[in-house]
Amino acid sequence: MSKPVLRVQDLAVTFTTFTGGILKHRERQLRAVDGISFELNPGETLGIVGESGSGKSTLARAMLGLVKPSRGRVLWQGEDLTALDEEQLRQKRKELQIVFQDPIASLNPRMTAGDIIAEPLWTFYPNMARLQVEERTRGMMKVVGLLPNQINRYPHEFSGGQCQRIGIARSLVLNPKLLVCDEPVSALDVSIQAQIINLLKDLQKKLGLALIFIAHDLSVVRHISDRVMVMYMGQAMEVSDKQHLYRRPLHPYTNALMKSVAVPDPKLAAEMRQASWLTGDMPSPYQRPKGCIFHDRCPFRVKRCEADVPALRRMENGDWVACHRAEELDLSIQAIASG
Amino acid sequence: MALLEVKNLEVSFETPEGVVKAVNGMDFELVEGETLAIVGESGAGKSQMVLAMMGLLAENGSVRGEALFHGRDLLKMKPRELNQIRGKHIAMIFQDPMTSLNPFLTIEKQMAEVVMHHQGLGREEAKAHAVEMLRAVRIPDPEDRIRQYPHEYSGGMRQRVMIAIGLLCEPELLIADEPSTALDVTIQAQITELVSELRKQTRMSLVLITHDLAAVAEVADRIIVMYAGEAVESGGVNDIFYQPQHPYTQGLLASVPRLDRASDDELQAIPGNPPNLQDLPAGCRFRDRCPEAMEKCVARPPLWVAADGRTSRCFLPMEGGRIQNDAAVEEQAE
Repeated sequence: MSKPVLRVQDLAVTFTTFTGGILKHRERQLRAVDGISFELNPGETLGIVGESGSGKSTLARAMLGLVKPSRGRVLWQGEDLTALDEEQLRQKRKELQIVFQDPIASLNPRMTAGDIIAEPLWTFYPNMARLQVEERTRGMMKVVGLLPNQINRYPHEFSGGQCQRIGIARSLVLNPKLLVCDEPVSALDVSIQAQIINLLKDLQKKLGLALIFIAHDLSVVRHISDRVMVMYMGQAMEVSDKQHLYRRPLHPYTNALMKSVAVPDPKLAAEMRQASWLTGDMPSPYQRPKGCIFHDRCPFRVKRCEADVPALRRMENGDWVACHRAEELDLSIQAIASG
Repeated sequence: MALLEVKNLEVSFETPEGVVKAVNGMDFELVEGETLAIVGESGAGKSQMVLAMMGLLAENGSVRGEALFHGRDLLKMKPRELNQIRGKHIAMIFQDPMTSLNPFLTIEKQMAEVVMHHQGLGREEAKAHAVEMLRAVRIPDPEDRIRQYPHEYSGGMRQRVMIAIGLLCEPELLIADEPSTALDVTIQAQITELVSELRKQTRMSLVLITHDLAAVAEVADRIIVMYAGEAVESGGVNDIFYQPQHPYTQGLLASVPRLDRASDDELQAIPGNPPNLQDLPAGCRFRDRCPEAMEKCVARPPLWVAADGRTSRCFLPMEGGRIQNDAAVEEQAE
């Protein structure tokens, strides 16, 4: 197997928040990301899935140095990004790019599509000839499925899906080696979601990118990922090969997420609804449950789960799971993945 | 008699660039106890259609046609009459639970207001009723939580509060505009479950608006698929899911990522983007994106109607359907 390009080791992000008045305030620690480790190989796609508040976006930002981690290391091709100063990190961003969730809000409404896509070139290669920049911009537009003659249009003249294509073109114009996509399709119509997922899958194959794809929906990451990490309250519950995960999830939380996915089939939907699924909301991040962090919502909890914290451990087939009962539970989904 | 009967409803907006027709000649009926889903992409006109019926269009919007509720036309009512119906007989839930609640008022105040206004209850009675309703939508410790402010609720709970407010006066019709789109999948599943349970318990009729066909598979009785301001197909839930007729419906179904299918095949996206409503193509509005497009699609496609009320607007023949003579609509389209 090839050497991983990215190694994240015990990464944690803690935010300090204040409650109460100005004079009598109290500090609280919010552990948004709590000790995440994983590796990513060149050309590989890791899907990261979890509910809102599970820390997936913060993890993405911490990896790229957009928020400061409180602990842990991010090794990019062997070099620790958390140890770099601002300028060194800025130079690294040529190789590490991100696509944001809201396709319209992440584009400057006063800049044309062409200027938005070319901006990273101006920033990193200020001496590049104007013609060359334009040529590259037009080329990039073609790659992401926009018409080069739309170069002088403004974001409001594009639909949501097209805006997301502009965002992707901007992130690819520097030829990065790693692309982090933070919920790139959550704000889009279903029919357009499929376009963007297929586009990213295509581009990855063509450009040999390492890709991290974040979503709150397991069905969305399935088509693009090689491996999937499921996060809950800042921790990894399971990191599994795609083929394994969708056939037999190891963690009850993965199972619950899977059962929440709506199926476009009335009979199957009614059948699946009879199976148990997740109740309640995620607990407050300030009152983290003792023992297994998921135990109060878990239909399979036993006494042990309330006291002992399950470590993320490696299974025989190479998957990782943080559940005491992973071996004995059979969470195979019959209705699902039979095709 | 139908509870709600919509006839040839049109919504248009005056804009600096000219008139934009957001909804073009919608016809449908809703009987008591029925759940109707209206499905389409952004810009299909689904939200504007219901906003128009409720008298909530933006200032530059205008509406034509009829929307008969118990035989009385909502579109011709004065604001005073409408206020008697809105909230009491017809309730509406909006997409974004974060911005639909007033952040300065407690949940109690926002809920009690509705019953005190419509049912003339006193404050204590109103509160008791509100607590009961919160319990019905499964808010834990409703007696305590009712005193809290919206920011103390999670997104899923806020949407449940919105549903509770909608149900306070036991409306005959509840209109929900993308009630779960802004929520996590786990919470979406909970809301869907809640809606289908409430539907069983009451005789309430329901109109669900969504861009995701999968979201309504479990709860809808009938579905209308809209595209660029028009209904392209309508029918019973099993017809739409198991035998979709219109290429657009087929495309929408195929583009849903599924867990119950093999994963390595590409997702079937619908190519292209919805048309600009200011610059609609002549003939079939879907033809630029349609895999079945033919030369004749530059003309307006016929409306097929089957005996069971199923419809499809397309040149492709519909099984068991007959072409309806819709000269009236033809004329309007000019």
